[in-house]
Amino acid sequence: MSMVEFSKVSKQFGSHRVLKSIDLAIDPGEVAVVIGPSGSGKSTMLRCINVLERVSEGTLLVDGISVLGTSRDVRRIRLEAGMVFQQFNLFPHLTALQNVMFGPIRARGKSKAEARDIAAALLQKVGLGERMDHYPSQLSGGQQQRVAIARSLAVGPKLMLFDEPTSALDPELRQEVLKVMQTLALEGMTMVVVTHEMGFAKRVGSRLLFMDGGQLVHDGKPADLLSDPPSERFADFLKHID
Amino acid sequence: MTFDWTAVFDALPELLQGLEVTMLIALAGLAGGVVVGAITGALLTYGGWLAQVPAQLYVALIRGTPITVQVMFIYFALPILIDVRISAASAGILTLIINSGAYNAEIVRGALESVPAGLREAGLAMGLSFRKVLVHVISPIAVRRALPAMGNQLVSVVKDTSIFLVIGVGELTRRGQEIMSGNFRAVEIWTAVAVIYLIVISILAVSLRFVERAARLP
Repeated sequence: MSMVEFSKVSKQFGSHRVLKSIDLAIDPGEVAVVIGPSGSGKSTMLRCINVLERVSEGTLLVDGISVLGTSRDVRRIRLEAGMVFQQFNLFPHLTALQNVMFGPIRARGKSKAEARDIAAALLQKVGLGERMDHYPSQLSGGQQQRVAIARSLAVGPKLMLFDEPTSALDPELRQEVLKVMQTLALEGMTMVVVTHEMGFAKRVGSRLLFMDGGQLVHDGKPADLLSDPPSERFADFLKHID
Repeated sequence: MTFDWTAVFDALPELLQGLEVTMLIALAGLAGGVVVGAITGALLTYGGWLAQVPAQLYVALIRGTPITVQVMFIYFALPILIDVRISAASAGILTLIINSGAYNAEIVRGALESVPAGLREAGLAMGLSFRKVLVHVISPIAVRRALPAMGNQLVSVVKDTSIFLVIGVGELTRRGQEIMSGNFRAVEIWTAVAVIYLIVISILAVSLRFVERAARLP
């Protein structure tokens, strides 16, 4: 069974169609990198997966659960699909450790001690074992984003969604975040990554999706698409992001 | 004229009794006003129109009328309208709760709306219900943002208790007026009354500053 399955999914904001009949299946273990010009619908598509946006038409199943189900279904989907945001969105009143403990305690009902073990191990994993008691404002952007990744992982998702995770970061801070994401991919995590990082797409992506005007235009192996752009539009886009 | 200190000392025990009444009314009004304000503010921000419209009407009604008229209405008109008789002090407390609740509601709404939408999404995206997100993510931040404005409102509540002299509540200002009408030492008595208010409110203001500082995020 696919982890994520779009069938003829459309999304409308008012009279503006942001997604136009998307068909897409993502299997467990895949690392799907989504690229495309701004306004092409890639973030909206990602946000539909964990129901931060409601799809207007079509069906979308996440781990077999419909995004149009009850509010309980929606919460189940969100427990399975972790989300990492462009702006990190760490809770500013909690330390790094408390941010990562938050999900296990509040969403999974774990005890404080259990949550602390999970959180400490994950912060260690993203290279922030020394920074656990810092507040978000005391961390660099790259560190904040790594805490945010740990926070999502702590809930125990089967799928991770990344919405331009490095776009708000200085170039020298991007690598530390991309490295963490690469490690996750190597461990077999299913990932959908909206990004402009073509190096990451080539190195880590198992699949490259090009969106334009709310449609999924190309879908293939990153190496194939990048070495031999199948359309002028795509070739043009690649020229502009380098 | 000479400032007669004995008039102040003679009046002091009675003025302090008045202060006690003032503080009791103010504290009850504060506590109630914060609760009413928090609930109304949340309804104004997140409620459907069925909750929003009454909340907006309530805020408009209270902000659009003087507190003196409000307390007169509650103390003198309500007994006629619905046949409930309450003591002057209770009428004062009720007025403060209703009045400061409306102002607090607007402060709370502003604070809730100022919390970045991304934090709410981050909470929801983890599978939390909106209620949990409100309690554990939005509120801790909103409370910190509301503190300065709330502090102003709390100070107003203490001073607003002086209005209840119009319905005969024996609070600080009323006691001062009664003493003054017996000994005609207007300068001494009103100075003493003013200084007592000033001291109490300064203590409140300094404590609020401490709370703000303790709650401040790094």
